[in-house]
Parts: sequence; C-alpha cells; structure tokens
Amino acid sequence: MNSVRNNLASTLTDQEVSEIEAEISHLPDRRSAAIDALKIVQKHRGWISDGSLSAIARLLGMSDEELDGIATFYTLIYRKPVGEKVILCCDSVSCWIMGGDKITNKIKSHLNVELGETTEDSKYTLLPVTCLGDCDHAPAMMVGDELHHDLTESNIEEILK
Amino acid sequence: MSETPLTRNIAPGKPPTDLAAYDANGGYQAVRDTIGKVDPDGVLDIIKDSNLRGRGGAGYPTGMKWSFVPKPRPDEGHRYLVANADEMEPGTFKDRLLMEFDPHQLIEGMILSSYTISADRGYIFIRDEYHTAIKRLNDAIKEAENKNYLGDRILGTDFSFHLHVHVSAGRYICGEETALLNSLEGKRANPRAKPPFPQVSGLWGRPTIVNNVETLCNIPHIVTHGADWYQSLGSGNDAGTKLYGASGRVKKPGCWELPIGTSIREILENHAGGMLDGYELKGLLPGGASTDFLVAEHLDLPMDYESIMQAGSRMGTGTMIILDDKTCPVGMIANLMKFFARESCGFCTPCREGLPWVKQILDGIEAGTGRLGDMDILERQSQFIGAISNTHCAHAPGAIEPLSSGLKYFHEDFIAHIENKTCPYTGGAT
Repeated sequence: MNSVRNNLASTLTDQEVSEIEAEISHLPDRRSAAIDALKIVQKHRGWISDGSLSAIARLLGMSDEELDGIATFYTLIYRKPVGEKVILCCDSVSCWIMGGDKITNKIKSHLNVELGETTEDSKYTLLPVTCLGDCDHAPAMMVGDELHHDLTESNIEEILK
Repeated sequence: MSETPLTRNIAPGKPPTDLAAYDANGGYQAVRDTIGKVDPDGVLDIIKDSNLRGRGGAGYPTGMKWSFVPKPRPDEGHRYLVANADEMEPGTFKDRLLMEFDPHQLIEGMILSSYTISADRGYIFIRDEYHTAIKRLNDAIKEAENKNYLGDRILGTDFSFHLHVHVSAGRYICGEETALLNSLEGKRANPRAKPPFPQVSGLWGRPTIVNNVETLCNIPHIVTHGADWYQSLGSGNDAGTKLYGASGRVKKPGCWELPIGTSIREILENHAGGMLDGYELKGLLPGGASTDFLVAEHLDLPMDYESIMQAGSRMGTGTMIILDDKTCPVGMIANLMKFFARESCGFCTPCREGLPWVKQILDGIEAGTGRLGDMDILERQSQFIGAISNTHCAHAPGAIEPLSSGLKYFHEDFIAHIENKTCPYTGGAT
C-alpha cells in the first residue's frame, strides 16, 4: 500500500502547524478545524497529497479515511496536483445565457486542455465553478484570486497570455 | 427618490466604506444606543414588529426565528450567530455588493443581532471565491475590535461578542442552513434532520441563529429608526427595501435597492433598461435558479413574497434571471439541472438519482434524440423529486421548480425539439 502512496512531505512544517493551531484555538475541538487545516496546507503546497492528508489527520486526531471523506466532498480542496493558477470558469445559468459555453470552449482550445485538466507547462488547471455572483457582468471566471468578467472570445487570449 | 438604507454608503465609483466613513454617516450609533441600554427583549420586539423577513430566499420572519432561541441560563456555554455569506444561488449577486462596499454594516447588524439572542460567538460563513469581501470583512473586524465594538465587554458593558470569518471550500449545498453548520464544524456539508432546529441545537449542539447577509444588514436601520419607519419603506404587504437584480439579455444588468414590492415590470424596464435590441422576453426566474419560471403575463406583479407565491413561484433572492426569445428554454433548464445534479450532497435518493436522470433526458431532447415518452418521465420526476420527495432539505424541491414550471410554459418548445429532432434555437447561448 505504501508504494502507491505519495509520502512526499508527509510531515507538516512548523508554519503549517502553527496556522492550524491558531484555527483550533477558537474552536471547541480539534477535528472542527478539518476544512481550515486542509486549506492551510493546500495554500502552502498547492494540493493535498495522501501524505499531507495523513499528516493533517494525525494532527487533528482523525482517521485518514474520515478526513478524505471531507476533503473529497469540497470542490476547492484539490486531491490531485493543479497548475500554478486554477481557472474557475462559471458554468451557471446567467453566464450560460450570455454565451459562457463559447468562452469555456475558447479557453479549452487556447490552452489545449479539457475541464479538469492541467496545461502541459503546469501553468493553469481548468475547472468549472458554480455562479461567481457577478451575473451583471456575465460571462465571468476566476484566474487564481482574480475575477475577470464581461468575457468575450477575443479578450480571453489577453487574460491568459 | 425613495430611501435606500442598505446602500446609502454605496455608489458607483465610491471607495469601500471604512470605519471612519461608516462612523461619519451615523455608523455604530445603533450599537452605542442599544448595547447595555435597551433590554434584548425590547430589541426583539422591534424586529418582530418591523415584519422583516429573511432575504436569503425562504422569507421566514426574522423576529419569529429569533424568538425560538431559548432564554440564556448562567454559565451554559456559547451561543452562536452565523451570517450566511455563501452566496452561490445562480443568478444572485447582492450580498457580495453589501460585503465588499459596506462591511461595517454587516458587522453592526451582527453585533445587534447577537445582543438580542445573547450570542457571544459569531461566524461569517463566506465562499472562498469572494476574496475581496473576505479581505475587507477581516480588515473591518480589526477596526471594530480596536474600537471595542467587538470583543470582550463591549463598550464597558457585560456583553461580549467575538466575530470570525470562516472561508468555505466550495459546494452550493453549504448555503443550506444545517449543511452550513456541519461545514462550520469541519464536516461534510450534508443537511441535518429538523427537528431539532438550530435555534435550540445548532452549532456544536448549542443555540444558533443563521441569517442571510442582507437580512442582518437591515438590523441597524430598524433598531435606529423603528418598526413603523421600516414598514413604511415597503410598497405593498412586505416591509423594508430589497436588493433586486437582473441578469441575462437586458440593456443594463445590475443590482438595485428598491422598496420591497416594486413590480417586476419596473425592475425590468426602468432599472434594467428593458430587453436588448432584437430580443424579447420569453420568461424569467424571479429569484435565482431554484424558483419557478414566470412569463410576460406576470410582469405587473409586485416582487413581494405573497404575490410571487400566488403566481406559483417564489421571490427567492430577488435577483431575476431573464430568458430571451433567442435562447433555448430546454437548454436553459438542462443547464440548471446539470448544476443541481452536480451540487446534490448525495444523501437522499430522489435528489442523488433523480436529478442526473432528468438532466440526461433534457440533454437528449436538446440534442435531438428525445422521444415523446420523455415528457411523461419529466412530468413524473417533477413530482418524485419535488412535492412528494420527502427529502432531507429543500435542494431537490427547489431544483425541480424551474423544470416543472418550464414544462408548463414552454411545452411547445419541448415538443418542437422532439418532433424536429433538433434544437430550433440558434441565436442564443449555443
């Protein structure tokens, strides 16, 4: 079993532990920090490997399986490596009406990826996302932490150059 | 010009409101005048009398909700107030505006609300993608802590309230009140069975109130100006103002604070500027993805809870999604069902199995491979997933609203797809 596990970095750094403990300090029990802890480690490492998952589970006093059940429930916890920036492309109804499918297709062909895939240069991962709450400027997407809206097939290349 | 208390500090081009700007416009006056000076039951009476109803979609009377919180006993442990800032209802973009441009208004609303229900801990449960709002809320909380509007023994009184921003990790279902509580506890966001209701046994088993951001933003104004003033703001049966919005092929999509009960026509024609040239209105979802379609005959209805319900839909979040005559209604409903199927937490069978089935059938009809028998399946599933599904939460019944109403209003479109074996729409989204 160990051979298929990614045991790289299976201990947490002091920085990660101290950030997680800060979250635990305002919670009634350690396991309540599960989602916060996953997000903290993901912030430092980009994604949650099996090794990272185990280390967090130990710190919180949970089983790996229970923590994985939580990690895989949430769309913004990545259990596979992602690119430097994740593109969250809105596929909800207002963006769809305003031509969102065309925008997504343009991104796919521009980056040569399908939804759920990472570009060959590991720069971008393309994922669909639920309504970004920017419907008066549809279609919209996030690139990393930045929101882009009023998207057209022609401004996509400029944004993703 | 009617009063716009919720957006009085917000205008295009105006910078976000910091503590100095908020204070200068009467900010935190309600906190200074109330905490330790007015009995919490007195505040509760004002909120009850104001007829404020929840702005997150369900429209439950806020004062009534609060009144179910048991009276505090000495040394009983924490009690919680949670702001539901997980704005993910497709087509909804109102709470983002309030949090990004006037974060102190939400914080002041939460201080007054927690005082009323004797909560000492608060969370703002916000979606991860709202980076700007998260930063501005955290900055504003620090400012408020420095002034002792938040923290221990607020303004020298016995009342303490600590507020924390919890940034979520995705999933629409987190907006469901009890799923949100599970998520705050670090668990999978499966909704809980009710009873017990959160007011009695919520976060970590303690009394908890969950309110929408816009609801909480109303509180300082009601406390300052009173219930009668608040009632007078509405133009019909309901009280106060409402953030209404419109998206889709209209001339000026946007979000506006208007008297609650403003007609759909006024929102659509006066504020959204009417349909784009070359497009006509075919239908609309009045308050987000999980509300029933309305059509042109409903344009003169006031956007209030009762009027929209009597027309067979719900006001929901009040942000309308406009369907034009060049966009395929079958494709739009297929998009909605794809969303709801993906976002089901998977706990209840009608939701987990029914929604993907419905989505598959709609995709088939849209692609030209539908059969007439599919219509019967869709009608039956509308019942099984909707009215009689007995699911744990409102996800499945909400999901099915645009389908069942769409089958009624756009029946001919469905039949045309099936008989001609192709989608007749070419000028819209696809």
